[in-house]
This record gives sequence, structure tokens and C-alpha cells, in this order.
Amino acid sequence: MSKLMSAKTKEILLGPLAKNNPITVQVLGICSALAVTAKLEPALVMGISVTIIVAFSNVIISLLRNTIPNRIRIIVQLVVVAALVTIVSEFLKAFAYDVSVQLSVYIGLIITNCILMGRLEAFAMSNSPWESFIDGLGNGFGYAWILVVVAFFRELLGSGTLFGHQVVPQALYDAGYSNNGLMILPPMALILVACIIWVHRAKDKELRE
Amino acid sequence: MNTNSNTYTFIYATVMVIIVALMLAFVSSALKGIQTKNVELDKKKQILSSLNVNLEGEDAAALYDQYIVQELIINTNADIQSDAMGEAFALDFGKEMSKEASERQLPLYVAEVEGATKYIIPMQGAGLWGSIWGYVSLNEDKNTVYGTYFSHASETPGLGAEIAEKEFQHRFIGKKIFNNQDQLVSIAVMKSGQKADNRDQVDGISGGTITSQGVEAMLLNCLTQYEAYFKIKGGTEE
Repeated sequence: MSKLMSAKTKEILLGPLAKNNPITVQVLGICSALAVTAKLEPALVMGISVTIIVAFSNVIISLLRNTIPNRIRIIVQLVVVAALVTIVSEFLKAFAYDVSVQLSVYIGLIITNCILMGRLEAFAMSNSPWESFIDGLGNGFGYAWILVVVAFFRELLGSGTLFGHQVVPQALYDAGYSNNGLMILPPMALILVACIIWVHRAKDKELRE
Repeated sequence: MNTNSNTYTFIYATVMVIIVALMLAFVSSALKGIQTKNVELDKKKQILSSLNVNLEGEDAAALYDQYIVQELIINTNADIQSDAMGEAFALDFGKEMSKEASERQLPLYVAEVEGATKYIIPMQGAGLWGSIWGYVSLNEDKNTVYGTYFSHASETPGLGAEIAEKEFQHRFIGKKIFNNQDQLVSIAVMKSGQKADNRDQVDGISGGTITSQGVEAMLLNCLTQYEAYFKIKGGTEE
């Protein structure tokens, strides 16, 4: 285990959660972060889907890295990602139909998520399968937790629910409180992501430009 | 081996594509059955939703069998072409709508709720960004709306997408689709404050004008095809 979890792999796993976060630091994958975060459930499923796809496409590319012809390497990466995305999408349609309807085109659009191509090209092409797997998990989780935090606030303030369950008490509505419709619209996700980036940089001096 | 040679690159690409294609074909065919079931179950939920049936935590398939007593395929002259269970359900209403009016096969669901007969008409139309669809259930008089269900592919959240909310759908309950002169005029979806001419109306969605108009057009368009059937009164259609 000590060999599996050396200081380096730990850094690979935990780095993307904060200091090297794909959304807040590298500003990748913003499109889907805006689109699927109006409710917690699709955001969580999206986060898990992306994590699975980054981790496994990283492993596959890492295994193939010495055989891939250099001139078509981007195409090979795309084919691997597209195949995995299609498989995940088919599984969602079969086992989580309601969520797949909510996510609609965004599952398919994982293919174009910059986080994936970025990790494959920057990491998996030059690292061992195990490290690539850890790197995929780290980046997937880094993406997922931002989505979940954004979705938490958007669903709570926009719909008064969490995971579809009413949490804002009726008494509050009777007292004149109302859901903020702006929260459901994509621009609010951008503002919330910006708030997370703000807090993040306020705490971590290294990230300031 | 030289991984940069043309031959290697060609062979590599070909083998990879074949492997991936086989894999996807396998996954797709292995999951096909479950996916079709999900789509059917979802359709049943939508149909039941137009009957104001509470689906929370219920088995939609069992409820469907309980409520829906007849599935008919009719044409625009109200001739019944099939009354076998499952046939009307399997029809692709969107596809039928794109055919010539005289060639259309129209599905119609007959339900029994608390001893009263209800007729459920499928709907298909266009909103602002994409398609909208739904189901409208009518009372035994084939005139008064008992319940509605609407959904959409890509209307704006908070605006046009509100048609999928029960709050909007409930506005149609009790409205009549025929006017006093016994003409099928459907129901108008108006901006609040405006008055429709000689027909029933509901309030549209503020900020969702085009979607509201889409719903109005869809109602008129789809209900009109069933006009001949609606005009047969008193259960003589059996």
C-alpha cells in the first residue's frame, strides 16, 4: 500500500481538489458546470460520470501510450473518450432514466469537456496507468465537488429543495419569502463559480496573480 | 517498431475503430431491452399525469393497467382502426403528425377514474427552442378538460419551461374546448388581462410568450384532428 500511495500519488490525487482544481484554477469544463447545476441530483450524476470517464480514459490512454502513433494521438484520445461517454450514457438510459432525461445532451457533451482532453494529453500520455488512474479520480472529484457546491446553493435558493425534497419550510413562504428565479438560470452558476474562485484565492496566496 | 510509419498508423486506426465499434454495438444491444422499458414507463407516467394521478412512490405500470381501460387508433373521420391494447401505445405520435392529415393514425386512450370515463389525447407541437408535447384528458362530455400534462425538450428554465409545472397545467382544468355554437375552438393561452374571443382561456406564462403560444397552437392543432370523434356523443362509438 505504501508503494501505491506514495507522497507523489497523494499529491496527484489531492492537488486537483484545491490547488490545481480543473474548474476554479484551470477554468476548464465551465459549460457543463453552468448547464447541469440547477438541481443537485443531475449535478452529482454528472460529477460521477465525468470522474468515471476521466479515470478510465486516463488508464486506457496510459496503457496505450507507447503504441499510439504520434500523428493521430488526439484522434485516438477522442475515440477512447467518445466510446466511454457513449457507454456511460447508455447505462444511464438503462438504469437512471429520469436523470439521463434531465442531463439530456450534456452527457454526450462530456466528450468535448476540456478536462478530459487536457488530462489525457498532459498526464496520461506520459505517466503510468496507476498514476493516471489516480490523476483521473483527482480531477473528476475536483470537478464534481464544485458542481455539487454550486448545485446545492442553486437548488436551495432557486427551488427551496435539496435532492427534490422541500427544505425551505412553508412558514417562511407564508412570511413573504420567495424562491429566487435567477438562481435557476445559467448566469447565476457563473457568479457562484466566481464566488468559489474568490474564496479559494483569498485563502491560498499562491494562486493570486 | 516505428510507430510513426504510415502503415502502422493506418493499421492502428483501423483496428482501434473496429474494436470500439464492436464494443459499442455489444453494450447497445445488451441494454436495449431495459432502455425501451424505461421509455415506455415514462410514457405511461406522462399519460397518468394528465389524469391528475399522484405517482409519487407508486408503480406506474400497475396504475396504468388499472386506469386505462381502452386504447384506440382512430383516423380523422373517427373510424376506429384498432382497439387492441398496446397498438395505440406503440404509435409514434410525432411521426403521425408529420403525415398527411387523411393518413394519420391517431392514438386515443380511454380511462376510467372513479367510475367516470375520460378520454386522453396526445399532443405534439413546437415551443420557442424545441419541441413541446403532452397529454390532455377530457371528461365524458368530450368537451371539458379533466387534466393536462405538458413537457418540453429545451424551453428556458423559469420562463417557458414553466409549462411542465403542475401549477400551469392545473389552469386548464374545467375549461371547455367547444364554444356555444358547438365549434371546436380549443382553449386560448393569453397574456393576463387580455380576453379571448368566444372561447375559454387560461393565463399564459409571463416571460414565456412564445412557449405559451406554442401550447395554444398545439392544443388547437391536435384537438382538431379528433373533432369528428368528439362530435359523436353519448358513447355510440363502441
